[in-house]
Amino acid sequence: MHNGFLLIFNCRLPYCLGSGPNKCDKTVNDKRPVNMDFGTIHMPLPALASITHRITGVFLVAGTAVLLYLLDESLASEAQFDAVRVTASSALFKLVVFVVLAGLIYHTVLGVKHMIMDLGVGESLEGGIAGTKISIALSAVLIVLMGVWIW
Amino acid sequence: MVTAVTNLGRSGLSDWLIQRVSAVVLLAYIVFLLIVMADSSLDYGQWHELFAQTWVRIFSLAALLSIAMHAWIGIWCVATDYLTPYVLNLKLGPFFGSKATVLRLSFLAASAIVLFTYVVWGIQILWS
Repeated sequence: MHNGFLLIFNCRLPYCLGSGPNKCDKTVNDKRPVNMDFGTIHMPLPALASITHRITGVFLVAGTAVLLYLLDESLASEAQFDAVRVTASSALFKLVVFVVLAGLIYHTVLGVKHMIMDLGVGESLEGGIAGTKISIALSAVLIVLMGVWIW
Repeated sequence: MVTAVTNLGRSGLSDWLIQRVSAVVLLAYIVFLLIVMADSSLDYGQWHELFAQTWVRIFSLAALLSIAMHAWIGIWCVATDYLTPYVLNLKLGPFFGSKATVLRLSFLAASAIVLFTYVVWGIQILWS
């Protein structure tokens, strides 16, 4: 699912190491040091963007319930439609909607970046870092605009 | 040899494509909703009428199914990366490491139930 760094460190290798008592290690070199503890590996910016893309993705599975609830209420009746107008609702409700939409914005922008990279644009080391910076900046701007719209 | 049977498309290439097609559908749906909601005078009558139209229901159902497929592929990828004997043993100890397969399959099963519920709930919303 991910290119470059994460394909090596995040995706398939732990399987190989995890399926037995270090069977890959044995076939190559018994003395070779193995470090698969992600917490001790330095994460470059695109790797951090990738892991947060995953975290927001899992979060949005729960967030979808909030969005479906909003759609359900908004279509049920005029009174319920007015009640879920975020601009006219309680502070807690606004906060919940804000957090879900912020996750959606970040996940969507990073997803678009991912697909642009699939097209072969910005696949170099510098391109990956620049693309990530642009994506995070764009997400931040859109999240602020969304916040202004809610409050 | 392919040993995974829980991924959506039975092959990584298929999942890769489904993930992107569903992403594009969802992006189009988000843009559609943004355009509709940009009108600040939008009232219940217009909103309700919009969702009564067949093409909007078809588009919404496509988005709903895209969410389910996209989320399943994402959840599967995350679960098979982190809920493994190696990672759980490293992070939580040998007890959880030895239970990794049961934990992963339970997590995937719970996710499948949630996503299936979303699809049914969404259909109810659209056709009620």
